[in-house]
Amino acid sequence: MDILNALVAFLNFVVVPGLAYGSQLALGALGITLIFSVLRFSNFAHGDTMAFGTAFVILFTWWFQSMGITAGPLPTALLALPLGILVTIAMVLATDRVVYRFYRKQRAKPIIVVIVSTGVMFVMNGLVRMIIGTSEQNFSDGQRMLLNPQDFKAATGLAEPLAIKTTQALSVAAAVLCCIALFWFLQKTRTGKSMRAYSDNEDLALLSGINPERVVMITWIIAGALACIAGSLYGLDKSYRGIVYFSLLMPMFAAAVVGGLGSPVGAVVGSFIVAFSELIVTSAWKKIFGYLVPADWLGDGLYQALSTDYKVAVSFSILIMVLLFRPQGIFGGK
Amino acid sequence: MAQYRNLWLFAGVALLFILTGVLQSWNLSLNILNLALLSCIMAVGVNIQWGYAGLFSTGIVGSVALGGLAVVLISAKPVPEGWSAGGPRIFGALVFAALAIALAVWLYRKLKPGSTRALALVLYLIVAFFIYRTILDPAVIAVESNNPAQAGNIGGLGLNSLLSWPVGAALAAAAAWVIGKIALGLREDYLAIATLGIAEIIVTVMRNEDWLDRGVKNLIDFSRPWPVPKEVDLQLNPTFLEPVASLGLDPVTASTIMVKLLYATMFGLVLVVLVWGCERALNSPWGRMVRAIRDNEISSAAMGKDVKFRHLQIFIIGSAVVGLAGAMMTSMEGQLTPPSYLPLRFTFLIWVMVIVGGSGNNWGSILGGLLIGWLYLAVEFLGPQVMNAITAGLPSGGLKDHLQDTAAHMRLLTLGIVLLLVLRFAPKGLIPEK
Repeated sequence: MDILNALVAFLNFVVVPGLAYGSQLALGALGITLIFSVLRFSNFAHGDTMAFGTAFVILFTWWFQSMGITAGPLPTALLALPLGILVTIAMVLATDRVVYRFYRKQRAKPIIVVIVSTGVMFVMNGLVRMIIGTSEQNFSDGQRMLLNPQDFKAATGLAEPLAIKTTQALSVAAAVLCCIALFWFLQKTRTGKSMRAYSDNEDLALLSGINPERVVMITWIIAGALACIAGSLYGLDKSYRGIVYFSLLMPMFAAAVVGGLGSPVGAVVGSFIVAFSELIVTSAWKKIFGYLVPADWLGDGLYQALSTDYKVAVSFSILIMVLLFRPQGIFGGK
Repeated sequence: MAQYRNLWLFAGVALLFILTGVLQSWNLSLNILNLALLSCIMAVGVNIQWGYAGLFSTGIVGSVALGGLAVVLISAKPVPEGWSAGGPRIFGALVFAALAIALAVWLYRKLKPGSTRALALVLYLIVAFFIYRTILDPAVIAVESNNPAQAGNIGGLGLNSLLSWPVGAALAAAAAWVIGKIALGLREDYLAIATLGIAEIIVTVMRNEDWLDRGVKNLIDFSRPWPVPKEVDLQLNPTFLEPVASLGLDPVTASTIMVKLLYATMFGLVLVVLVWGCERALNSPWGRMVRAIRDNEISSAAMGKDVKFRHLQIFIIGSAVVGLAGAMMTSMEGQLTPPSYLPLRFTFLIWVMVIVGGSGNNWGSILGGLLIGWLYLAVEFLGPQVMNAITAGLPSGGLKDHLQDTAAHMRLLTLGIVLLLVLRFAPKGLIPEK
């Protein structure tokens, strides 16, 4: 019985990765839910928007590195991030102007716009492949660990190490900052209020003189910026492959639906629910249990409910349960 | 002129295949034709869902993969040692899982709503899951440790793979029933999201469950569907060799072409029967009802039509057609390679076919299937050639290499742009619905 070591192992294998992954999902799911509440469609291109933004962040990172500019202990990608965000915003605004605006003017059915967004997904995916290829890119530099496992062991004298990667800490910090900024913007500023008004009732908002094109533009700007940040953090944390982002769609949608499509708070809470469920179900619990019960009680099993390949099954099951029992989500979206 | 427009369109597509045959090789042309015919069948299935009922499913690749799984179960070589090591136990575990879920559904309906019910059911499901794993795991380990280099799976029935075609349709239909029960009747985007997930799960299962289909280690050597012979047998068959020799053809090339022609005939027959059935259905009272539901759900419901049931019915029929095509494809290829089930290739490409061809029109789906199928596969040999021609003037180096590499990725971009252009400027497609 060694509760302290078990706790550290739990922190190391579940809590820390869960917080980081949940933060990355939250930034993506916020974009999905904002687009849903203002533009009223599920954006299938969001995963590839993340990949697109990250590809440019990587390009700018390489450029900075080649000039010898680094961010010291932090990854250089942080310096490149603002430029990447600008490119992503330009891209989503251009997409809106060329593609989505036409359907908005027509008041096309949401499902048509969903199909259109899969077309956009194709284009973005193709562009990403042409720009940066399909191979794995590792663009993380600077100090790798915020909390070195060896240091932790030496300081506490415990058998179990605790490691916190810089990128994990950055993800959580970025998510907190973005959420504070976003919620402040939505609650306190005139533009944010007009966005919420527009999403609640389009006709009333139009009657009270809110310019719909402006609301839509700001929504895209926020969603694009969040997508680029989320994608870059995920890429920094797990190393970048353009084709991986498509499979992030499922957990992000699950997160947005769990919280209630259209509800920003819901998207954040939903992301952490999805992230922690994935980790709890797919972690091997043998090590943690090993500290709690006598060694000979546990057999050879890993005490892993599902192999990590089935992550998608976890987010899918959550999605299905919400659809079955509470389709409006926890925080009552649309 | 206008009434011949559709004929001209089909003639144009036929010309593409003929040109490929003349300029490249007939083997390549027929190969593309066979895959395009299979895509046509899938497109007809998707058109049933989207064109007739307006259901947008992003899980086509799941139905295709289930079709492939049917071929594994029916016509893979039997592995008696593998089966006896744990086959019955695995089967038992799956039956247990199905019964446990059925009991959960029954309990959910019987018990009083409230948080006690939710908690009890969650606990029950967790316990049931662990019992299921205790039954399943030892059997899986036993099966997979049986000759892992060559087998390690439970094996199939070793029957002719023609028999697996209807099984593929049935498997896909069963999966569609489950997902339709859950996601139909909610917002239409939810169907799209849910099908995206289930397709990914199906493909993940096929990639990871080695006991079932050897996962990424691939399964090869399925029997040919009756009556297609193997090329090697054909090359030894005097009744085939004599006429070939009298025509002065190379027996090896002739045998490969003969086999592909046989496949093309079989696929063509299936397609003709399907389209005949679909056209009959569309022009029947059933077809009118379905279109009425698509165009206005509320008024159809007011007329006493059961919208949810009809949606489920159509969703199942469409998925079954796609599953059939999936089984046909795997039995033609003679092998199962789970990593090749990519959503871009089997979900979104089929969508492009349906929309470009003309949603709601069966002939449109066929035209779209042939045209886009040809484009998608022809880019493989045309793309590098075009890029070579473009970059011929450039000095060799990084830029030239990069440009030539990008040619391989051109087709995603092209497909996306084609889809967007068609949706914007010709939303009814090449052959609009009447």
